[in-house]
Amino acid sequence: MNEVSFSFADRTLFALGSGALWWPDQSLLCVSDLHLGKSERMARRGGPALPPYDSQDTLNRLASDLDRTNAELVICLGDSFDDLDALSALGTNEKLRITALQAGRRWIWIEGNHDPGPIDLGGAHLSESVIDTLTFRHIAQAGGQAEISGHYHPKARIRTRGRSITRPAFLVDDARLILPAYGTYTGGLQSSDQVLNTLMSDNALAILTGPNPQIIPMPR
Amino acid sequence: MTQIPVRITDWFAAKGWSVHPHQQDMFDRASDPATLLIAPTGGGKTMAGFLPTLAELAAQEHTGLHTIYVSPLKALAADIRRNLRGPADEIGLPIRIEDRTGDTSATQKKRQRVDPPHILLTTPESLALLTSYEDAPRMFAGVQRVIIDEIHALAESKRGDQLMLALARLQSLCPDLRRVGLSATVEDPEAIARFLARHPDPCRIIQADPGPDPDIRMLQTQEMPPWSGGGAAYSIPAVLVQIKQHKTTLIFHNTRAQAEIFFHNLWLANEDSLPIGIHHGSLDRQQRERVEAAMVRGDLRAIVCTGSLDLGIDWGDVDLVIQIGAPKNVKRLVQRIGRANHRYNAPSKALLVPANRFEVVECVAALEAAKAHELDGDPRGAGPRDVLCQHILIAAAAGPFYPNALFTQMTSAGPYAQLGRAEFDSCLEFCATGGYALRTYDRWQRLQQRPDGQWQLRDPRAAQRVRMNLGTIQDTDTLKVRLKRNRGGKPLGEVEEAFAASLTPGDTFLIGGQIVRYEGLREMVVEVSRRADRKPKIATFSGTKFATSTQLSDRILRMFAQQDWPQLPQHTADWLALQRDISRLPQRDRLLIESFPNDGRENLCVYGFAGRNAQQTLGLLLTKRMEETGLAPLGFVSTDYATLIWGLDAVTDPRPLFQLDALRDGLETWLAGNAVMKRTFRASATIAGLIERNTGGQRKSGRQATFSSDILYDTLLKYDPDHLLMQITREEAMRGLVDFGRVEAMIARIGDRIDLLRLDRVSPLAAPLFLEVGKVPVKGTAEERLLAEESARLLQGAGLQPG
Repeated sequence: MNEVSFSFADRTLFALGSGALWWPDQSLLCVSDLHLGKSERMARRGGPALPPYDSQDTLNRLASDLDRTNAELVICLGDSFDDLDALSALGTNEKLRITALQAGRRWIWIEGNHDPGPIDLGGAHLSESVIDTLTFRHIAQAGGQAEISGHYHPKARIRTRGRSITRPAFLVDDARLILPAYGTYTGGLQSSDQVLNTLMSDNALAILTGPNPQIIPMPR
Repeated sequence: MTQIPVRITDWFAAKGWSVHPHQQDMFDRASDPATLLIAPTGGGKTMAGFLPTLAELAAQEHTGLHTIYVSPLKALAADIRRNLRGPADEIGLPIRIEDRTGDTSATQKKRQRVDPPHILLTTPESLALLTSYEDAPRMFAGVQRVIIDEIHALAESKRGDQLMLALARLQSLCPDLRRVGLSATVEDPEAIARFLARHPDPCRIIQADPGPDPDIRMLQTQEMPPWSGGGAAYSIPAVLVQIKQHKTTLIFHNTRAQAEIFFHNLWLANEDSLPIGIHHGSLDRQQRERVEAAMVRGDLRAIVCTGSLDLGIDWGDVDLVIQIGAPKNVKRLVQRIGRANHRYNAPSKALLVPANRFEVVECVAALEAAKAHELDGDPRGAGPRDVLCQHILIAAAAGPFYPNALFTQMTSAGPYAQLGRAEFDSCLEFCATGGYALRTYDRWQRLQQRPDGQWQLRDPRAAQRVRMNLGTIQDTDTLKVRLKRNRGGKPLGEVEEAFAASLTPGDTFLIGGQIVRYEGLREMVVEVSRRADRKPKIATFSGTKFATSTQLSDRILRMFAQQDWPQLPQHTADWLALQRDISRLPQRDRLLIESFPNDGRENLCVYGFAGRNAQQTLGLLLTKRMEETGLAPLGFVSTDYATLIWGLDAVTDPRPLFQLDALRDGLETWLAGNAVMKRTFRASATIAGLIERNTGGQRKSGRQATFSSDILYDTLLKYDPDHLLMQITREEAMRGLVDFGRVEAMIARIGDRIDLLRLDRVSPLAAPLFLEVGKVPVKGTAEERLLAEESARLLQGAGLQPG
C-alpha cells in the first residue's frame, strides 16, 4: 500500500507516498508547498528558463491523489504559488485544471510566505484554519499544539546496509506535524538541520515518502 | 622575415646553444595561418613557439598585444612568464609579459584590458571571458600570434572546444592572427591539426626529433603484488630504495585516493626521513603551491602525485618516474615518462608498479606497446553543442550579433567545422527561449531579436550572469575540509559531498597525508581534527577514472591466449593458470560470464574487456533486465575488464539476461532513467547555461530553496523528451560515460559465443572486483525491501511499533 497510517493528536491520519496527508474521518486531503509557477518566476527574474512543466506535473500528481481519495475537502498549506504574480502568469490550462479539481469539493488556500495575499481563484483564502481539533497553518509556531504545517520542505536520510537513502519526509511529534513539499520543483531541508531539530521534540518520527512510505525515528 | 635577427642568434650563441631544427622550422613557417609542433618534453618546445614572437618584436616595435599564450594550467602560465622574462631581457627586448588567470587581481585584470602587455599568458577560460567583454575589439586590436601549449591535452576535452570557439571569435577581431599549437607525442597528429586549424585553411605539422626511446621497466620487488586492491603498499620498500638512488622521483597514481594511501604508507616506512611531498587536485591550493615551490628548489626527493602533474611545469631535476597502478593508456604512459629527464636527447627513465596481479598483466602489455611505439586513442567526434550554447551566450554578452555571421565564425573552429545550420539554430533557440515544445517564456526570453535582425540579451545585466557561469570544468559537489578551530582552522583540501554525507562524527579519513577525524559540518565546511591513532577510512575522491584503451585491452586478451607467460613474473603466471583451472581465461572472440555465491549474496561476473565506462553501461543494462525479471539486483561495480553484479536473490539461469539484441533494444528506454544520464545531464545543462553554478552565497542559504537537477531531467524526460538538452545528454553519454560504442564493438566481437560458468565460490580473476570503489546502487525493489527492513529495525530499537 502506498500509504502509512499514524496517530497524531488522537486522530488517525495517513501519510501518502506522494507527500500528501489524508484524513479519512474528515475526508480531507492536505498538500503543502506546491510552488506553482516556479519556473516562470525564475525566468521572469532573469534566471535560466527551466523546463516549464513543473505546474502541470504538480497538478497531475494532485489530481491522481484526489482520484484515489475522493477527498471532500482540500487544504493547500501555503506557498501554493511561487509568488503572487505566478498565479496570473499561470497558463490557461493550469487554471482550468485547478478549477476542475475544485469542482464538487471544498477548497482552502492557506497563505504562505511566498503567497501572502488573496488570489484570484475559487476556494477560501485563510491565514490558518482549524478543522475538528487540528490547526492548519503554513509555518509552525512556537508552542503550537495539534498543529499541521509545511514551509520547511523536510527530508530525511536513512542509512541502510551500505547505502544512504534520502527522501522528502513528514515529521511528527506529540505537538506538531510538518508536511514535505509537494511541488515538483522543490528541494528539501534535512531533518538533522538545526531548525528542525529545535522545532521537533526528542521522540519525533519521520515518515519517508516514496513507493512504500516508512516510519522511522527522526534522524538528527 | 627570412632570418632570425642577429640579436637572438647572438643570444643563443652566448648561451652556448644552437637553434634546434624544429625551432628553425617553426620560425620559417611563422607566417602560416596555423602550425602544429609535435615534440617531446624538454625539446625546447616553448622556445620554438615563442621564437617567431621574439623575432618579430626584436625586428619592429609593436604597440599593444602581440602574442597570446594559452595553457591548460594556471601555474604553467606563471611559470612561462618567469622563463620568458630572462631571455627577453638578455636579448634586450623592452617588452611587457604578463599572465592573466583566475588568480590575477581585479586591478591588474582591469588594467590589462585598458593597456594590454605585448605577451599575455592565460588559460582557455580567461581568454573566453576576455572575448565576452564589449571592449574586446579594442583590447585585441593588432594581435599577431596565439600559442596553445599542451594542445594534445586540451584537444581531449571541452576546455579545448571552448578555446577553439574563443579563437574563432578572436580571429574575427584580428584577421591576421596566426595560430601555433605545441603538442606532446600523440597517435594522430592530423586530428590535432584539424582541431587547431582555422577552417578551411590548412594546418601544417612539424615533427621534432622524438629523441631516444625511454628506458621503461617493471619495478623488481621482494614481495609479490597482492591478489587485489589498488594501494601497492607491497612495493614501498623497493620504491624507497629507488628514491634514495635518484635525485628526484615523481610517483604517479591514477586516483587521488590511491595517492593518499600510498603517501601515508610511504611516510610510515620512511625511516631516513627523506623529504617527500604529495600533490593532487583535491588539496588546498596553498598546500599544492608549497609543494611545487619546494620541488623547484630541489628540496624534495620524491613527490607522490596524480594527473595534476601530468602537464607543464618543468620540474628540472626529475630523473625517475614511477607509475603506480596500471597506466590504462599507452599514450598517457609515454607522456608521463617524458616528465623525467627534461634534457634533450637523454632517455627518460621509468618504472611500472602494478598494484595487484591483474595489473601486472596490464603493465607488461603497456610496456610492450610502448616499446613497439603503438600509441592508442579514440577519435573524439564533433564538438559538443552544450559548449556551443555557452558561446552563443558569451557572444551575446559581448554585444548584439547577426546569426549568419556567428554561424560562419563558429564553423571556422575545428571541432565545429561540420556543424549544420539547423543544429546551430536549435542552439540559438535554446539560448533565446529555452527551446521547449511548450512555449511559455516569450515574455521572458533570454535573447531577443531586434528589428535589424541582430540578437541581444533581453536584460543587459544578464551579461554578468553569463560571465559568472562561463567555463566547462565541472566541479563535482565538493566541500572544503578545515581543521576545527575557533576562528576557522587551516584549510586542508576538499572531499566530495557524497563522501562527506557518509561520515559520522568520529570517522577518520586521509587528506594531504594526514589522518583526520570528522567532527561535523558547519556552513558547508567539513570540520576535522588531527588524529593519528586510528586506521583511516579512505576519502573517496572520484578524480578522473580513465578507461583502459581498446588497443591495450586487446593486447591483454592476446596475452591470455598464450600457452604460458614467460614475460610475466611467476606469481602472476601461476594465478592465470589457476584461473584457467578453476574457471576459464577470457578470450578475445568469446564472452566469459561467471556466476557464484559470496557472502550471502549472488554474484555475476561479466568479462567484457570493454573499458571501465562501457563495462559500467553493461552493468546498468544488465541490472535493468534483472530488475524487470524480478532478480532484485542490489548493485554492481565495473572495472576496465569486468562487471560484477550482486543481488538479494540467486540467479539460477542468467542466460535470458544476455540476449544481446534485447540489451541493445533496451538501451533507449534504459538510457532514460539512470544515474549516469542524470550526471551527464547535470554537466551539460550547467555548461549550456540552464543550471547556474553554485556560488558561495547560495550554498550557505537554506537548502529547501534549491532543488536537484535530477528533477529537471525527470521533468524533461516526461514532458519534452526530445528537448535539445536531452539530445545533448544522450550524445554525451553515448560517447562519454556510456561509451556504448565499445559495448557494440564487444557485441560484434563475441557474437553469440557466450560461456556461462556456475562456480561454488569466487574465481581468482573475479576476486579483485569485490574491493573496487565506485559501486553503483540499483534503486529498485531491493531498495524498498532494505528500507522496510531497516525501518522495522530502527522502530524496534526505539521500542516502537510500526503504524
